[in-house]
Order: sequence, then structure tokens, then C-alpha cells
Amino acid sequence: MEQIIIQTVNGLVNGMILALVASGLTLIFGIMDVVNFAHGDLVMLGAFVGATTVATTGSFWIALVVAVLTIAIFGALLQVTTLRPLLGRDPLTTILATFGMSLVLQKYAIWQWGPTARAIREPISGQFTLFYLQYPWYRLGAALFAGLIIGALYLFLRRATFGVWIRASMQDRLMAQAMGIPVPLVHAVVFAIGAGMAASSGVLFGPLAGVTHNMGFDFTLRAFIVVVVGGMGNLGGSILAAIFISLLEAYASLIVTPAQAVIVSFVVLILTLLFRPTGLFVPTPK
Amino acid sequence: MPPRSHTAYWAWFTVILILLIVAPLVLPEFWRRFVTEILIWGLLAMSSDILIGYTGMVSFGHSAFFGLGMYGAAAALLTVKPANLWLALLAGLVAAGVVGAFVAFFATRLREIYFSITTLVFSQIFYVIIFTWTEVTGGENGLTFSQPAFRIPGLVDFRFTPASLHWFVLAVVVLSYLLLRRITQSPFGMVLQSIKENEPRTRAIGYHVERYKIVAVMLSGLFAGLAGVLYALQNKFAAPDFVFFVVSGEVVIFNVMGGMGTLVGPIAGAAFFLVLREVVSRYLIEYYLIPVGIIFTAMVIFLPQGLLGFLKRRLNT
Amino acid sequence: MILRLDNVHTYYGKSHILHGVTLEVGPGEVVGLLGRNGVGKSTTLKSVMGLVRPAEGGVTFEGKSITGTPPHRVARLGVAWVPEDRRVFRLLTVLENLRTGLDRAGVDEARKRRLLDRAFTYFPRLGERKHQLGGTLSGGEQQMLAIARAMMLEPKIILLDEPTEGLMPRMVTEIRQIIDALHREGVAILLVEQNVPLTLDASNRVYIMEKGVIRHQAPAADLRQNMSVVHEYLGV
Repeated sequence: MEQIIIQTVNGLVNGMILALVASGLTLIFGIMDVVNFAHGDLVMLGAFVGATTVATTGSFWIALVVAVLTIAIFGALLQVTTLRPLLGRDPLTTILATFGMSLVLQKYAIWQWGPTARAIREPISGQFTLFYLQYPWYRLGAALFAGLIIGALYLFLRRATFGVWIRASMQDRLMAQAMGIPVPLVHAVVFAIGAGMAASSGVLFGPLAGVTHNMGFDFTLRAFIVVVVGGMGNLGGSILAAIFISLLEAYASLIVTPAQAVIVSFVVLILTLLFRPTGLFVPTPK
Repeated sequence: MPPRSHTAYWAWFTVILILLIVAPLVLPEFWRRFVTEILIWGLLAMSSDILIGYTGMVSFGHSAFFGLGMYGAAAALLTVKPANLWLALLAGLVAAGVVGAFVAFFATRLREIYFSITTLVFSQIFYVIIFTWTEVTGGENGLTFSQPAFRIPGLVDFRFTPASLHWFVLAVVVLSYLLLRRITQSPFGMVLQSIKENEPRTRAIGYHVERYKIVAVMLSGLFAGLAGVLYALQNKFAAPDFVFFVVSGEVVIFNVMGGMGTLVGPIAGAAFFLVLREVVSRYLIEYYLIPVGIIFTAMVIFLPQGLLGFLKRRLNT
Repeated sequence: MILRLDNVHTYYGKSHILHGVTLEVGPGEVVGLLGRNGVGKSTTLKSVMGLVRPAEGGVTFEGKSITGTPPHRVARLGVAWVPEDRRVFRLLTVLENLRTGLDRAGVDEARKRRLLDRAFTYFPRLGERKHQLGGTLSGGEQQMLAIARAMMLEPKIILLDEPTEGLMPRMVTEIRQIIDALHREGVAILLVEQNVPLTLDASNRVYIMEKGVIRHQAPAADLRQNMSVVHEYLGV
């Protein structure tokens, strides 16, 4: 029983951090029909920038801010140079193009930071006793912080003018333009937001799992699964899906090894595609 | 096709074929092996072209077909004594075929993006299973086995030498190429291309698009599995690395840079890329992939027909 | 003239839809554009709006060329588009729909309030459903919303694409009244319609289009007297 509660906590923590990554990805897809194969690599870049900044300044929080801003700006530049020309082209091309980007980013990371893994020290040390375990406070803190970021995003989308613009552009790009909304700018900003959130996830997750140049792939794969299960373009859905899948994996790792527990998410994806392709957490389309 | 370029094509084909036949006799062992590997990867890239270049479906899971062909052959070679070449071939193809059936099932139900993601997920599922099921698959370390003899009962029976193995691989790859070429230029191939260009219209004309897609996936998977068997025969081991995504990614790179939809292009892409990696990686480790990646992305955006397609167009006008 | 199309040729892929359209709208004028289904009326409006780019010819607005200008700039210059299928933002509320036109540079809160109040005066039903999602409105209400939304841009000209399509006669009358009200405020209107009587009634001038070109042009009054021309082109 205690095992289950511990795994529930683990699942929730992982779920929140995954939700950070996935929500950016689903927004990007929802608004410009781009499946960003390089999204996980943005997480990786954020983690590296964060690690370097922590090493130089000694402050986790400064590192977080720096990483988010750097990668957000980088993301906007990437969108304007590489993805904008692809608007309206077939999905095949965008998948291939973002795949190429992913390759470049991964190799760039090796070039820039070397092949060894980095570490980020947690800003909150100390643990509390959860049954028989010493559970680090940081894990809860990271999840909470991730939740705050997602909450801020949600409020932004609901209330702010730019948030309305984003939602309008997601629903009907042409009509949004006809209403004077500068859709190209909105696209760049959404990509920047997605990239920034990915970077924040990399930094938050850094103390938990380390920073390596090929950590991106795993994030991309999981984020894809979450986005499909949650419904492409559906922000709330992807958050629920992230938590759902992470919980399932956490429970599964009680029975099989963690390496094998990932199969759970794969199976969920395949079942979703077979029976509810629009997403598990999406109301049945009319 | 105008007769002039037809003869030119076959002329080129013969020249290259002769070069490849002569290769093991003149090259040092390392490079001989290298050429054989290029042929095998070329076959793999070609198989992927059926889907990407002709039917318009991007598969990120070809490593699954490749890897399962490899492991299927390994299974046959390890369990049945004396080691039987034909059984290994059969086992590898069956294994790849089973995966192919799964993927084909999904191919008909999913749109492009979802299909690509699913193929990626599939290959990862197989990777995880192979990696962790150590008792059966050897886990991280893979499986090693010995090369079977080339035996046709009553006719021939000899052990492979490096040269004869090379010729065997060459024969298989050339036959595969000719067969695939025939298929892609047949009415069937035309329908595939029409599906790539405009699926709704093809369906509206009356073609049963699902059936064509299923056949395309099976073809692609079987030839990829064949490449896996050849790899197993050449190298005498099977490892989970070959089922990992990176292999699928490289195949896609060969396809795009060599030229999708040309069959020859992906082989050229494989050759180019492997040579590049060999030559350059002594000095620059993996950094050469940065400009390669940039060029790849630029090509996807501006030059979707790839190098060979671009040249082909230039030469045809 | 505030809007002028000169020999505009537009393609959809390989289809040559507009074969050299020339027309103009004066300030505050209500100009009708009649024609059968598929002759290119909607494409003409989209070419003005920048949603499709003319291959040849030019579009001028207030003396400046807007050919190929991105739609969001065209909108900011003062051209509003009310599309044929209304295209309200289904997952935004009525208020948020209106906001997409209100939230522009140089518009302070007071002016936004005034514009909103005016919209709700013209369209009281929208005022009752301020916080309702656009997609849950009835067909007629969505048409109202689409027009109100366009008015939020404070446009100098509104491109109205078949506003009465699929509406009950009572709603058609309401649309007619809106067109009049806008005309009184000095907003020019380019009205594309299949409803011939309405168009002849509401417009100052009328163009008749056939197969991607303007075939006939006349003051609405003349056409009302001589309906044979209309019958000839529209087979009505």
C-alpha cells in the first residue's frame, strides 16, 4: 500500500514536469500544425544552459530564468528561419525538417558542452519522511513550480489579449488574420513560449536525472505520446494525459523494471490511436 | 523514357556493377567490408524509399524491420544445427513480415503524423523488449553466432570467403533493386505515387488506397528485414543498437539526401553518408553532423527531391 | 474611390478563377456584386483581403496598393471581411470574438466600451449572450456576431459575403437594416449576394460577374427598372 502511495507521488511529480514539455508541444501543433521533432532537444539545451549558468553563478533560480529566456529567444529565431517557410507544406516535410533540426541541436550540444553528462544541484535540499523513504523536498517543489508555470500559461491564454489572439489563431488562422491579428508574430511567440517551457522543464528536471546530450529523444517521444493521448492542440488534455501516463508508468515500475515500464505509455498510445484517435481526454467529437 | 537516357542508365548500371564485383579482389579487407556494408545499408534505405518516396508515408521505425530481420536470422542460426542459410533468410523475413503486418494495420488507419509517431513508438517497443529480455535476446550484448555455409543440396556447398560473401550480398541487393525497380515502374507503383501526391483524389478515382498501403508497407518491411539478415550474415552478431531509433533516423537521412522516390538515390545517399562518416569522423568525431544536419534541413525545405532527383531533373531537360 | 481592383487575375492552384476583374467602390457607397455560384465572387473578396494573392493586376485601397499585403495589415488599414461561412471563433465567447477586433493599437478603454455598447445596441441578442461560446449560437446569431466583429475594426469598407444565406426571412430583414445603418455611418460596403432583390434594394451600384470577369455594371435603380439584364446573366 505504501508502495502505491509513493509511486503516486512519483507519478504526479514526473507527470507535472512532462506536462510542461507536452503543453508547449501541443500549443505549437495546435497553432501551426507543426509536429516539433526537436522539442525534446530544446529541453536538453535548456538543461545545459541551466547547468552552465549554475556553475558560473551558483544560483539555481538565475539559471532557470537565463535558460528559459535564452531558449525562448532561440526558439523564436528557429521558428522564423526554419519553420515559417514551411507553413502550409505537407506534414511529411515539417516532420523531416524538425528531425533535421533535432540532429543539429544534439550534435551542437556535444560540440559546445562535450560528451560528458552534467549535473545541476538542487536548490532545496533536505528530505522528509514518507513512510519508510526519505523523500526529497525538491521533487515536490519542482512539481509545484511546474504547476505554477502551467497555471500562468492557462491564465495568460484565458485573459490576456495575446492569449485571445493565440486561441483565435489556433481555431481559424485565416479569420484571425482577417481580424488584424498578426498571426506570423503569434506563431513566433507561441514557439518561443513552447521552447521556454521546455527549457524550464530541462532545468527543473536536471537535478533529478542529470543532463546529457541525448536526453532529448526520450522527452520528445514521451511528449508525442502525451500530446496524442491528450488530443493534439488540447492544452488541458495534454496535462491530464501527462499525469495519467506518468502515474501508469510509476505503478508499472512496481511490477517490472523501470526500463520496461515505458512500454505502458507505448501501449496507451496505441490503444488511443485505435479507439479514440482524437484523444482520450477530449469529449467525443460531434 | 527517351531511348538515349535509357541506354545511358544501363551503361552506368553495368559500370557500377562491374566495379562492385571487382571490389573484393582489389580492395584491402577493411574497405571491402565497408563496400559490403554500403550495399546492405543501401538496401535498407531503398526499402524505406518505397514508403517515403513513393507512397508518401514517413516511417521512423525501419530499425524495427532491420533489427528483427537480424534477430530472426540469429534465432535460426543459433537454434537449428547445422546452421542453415536459407532458414536464416526465411526466419528473418518472417520476423520482419510479422512486424510489417502490425505496421500495415496501423498504416491504413492513421494519417501521416500519427503514422510516423506510431512507427517510432513501435521500433522503441521492440528496442525495449530486446534490450531487457536478456534471456532470449542477449539483452545489451546481443547475440553472436557463426556464419552458415552456402549450401544448395546436391549442387554446391562451401563456406563463405570474404569475397564470396560480398558477391552473395551484391547478388541479393542487385536482385532486390531490379525487382523493386520493376514494381515501382509498374501500374502498382504509379498508384503509390498517386497516393503520395493526392490521396483523396486517388481514392475518389476508385483505388482501394488501404490495400495499396498495406502492400507497400509489407514490401518495405520485407526488404528492410532482408537487409537485416544480410547484416547478420556479414557481421555474425545481432545487437539492440540496430533496433534503436538512430538507425531509423539515419535511413531517413539517406533517403532525403540521396533523393526520395528514385530507389537509386537512397543507395547513393547511404554510400555518400557512410563514406563521409568514415573519412571525416577520424578528425571531427560527430561534429560533422552539424553541417550535415543543416544541409539536410535546408534540403527538406528547398530541395525536396534530393541530390539525385535534382540532378535527374537537370539531366532530363 | 476607396477600393479599386484593376484587372485582377487569381488562381487556386492551377484553376484560373478570376480572369481580370476590374471594379471600384466609392467612400460610403454600397456596391453589390451579383453572379451565379462559382463565378469567383468570394475569390474577389479574398483577393482584396490578401487571403489569396493575385497573380496579375492590382488592388488599391485609399490610393495605396494592397496587392499581396498580408491580411492582418489589410484589416488594420480599414478593410473588414465577413466571410460566407461566418467563421466565428467557435471556442471563444461572444465578447472574446468581438475583442479580436477591438484589441488594436491606439484604441483606449473608453473607445472600446463605446464600440461594444454600439454593437450591443445594434445586436441586442448578442448582448444577452456575451459569455456564450460562439459555436453555440444559432446561424442567424453567428451572422450577427460576424458582422459585429467586423464593425469592431472601425473599418472604412466591409466586404460582406452572402450575409443572408441560409437565414430566415425575418433575419434577412434585420441584415438589410444593418446594411442601411452602416451606410448611414459612412461605411462603404461591397456586398456579394445571391439574393437579387435585397441587393438591388440595398445597393447604390451593382456589378454582375460571370466566369471570373465583370460583365455588366449599372446603378441599382436602372437594374430595378430593367430586370431583363439580371435575368440574362443570372438565369433567375
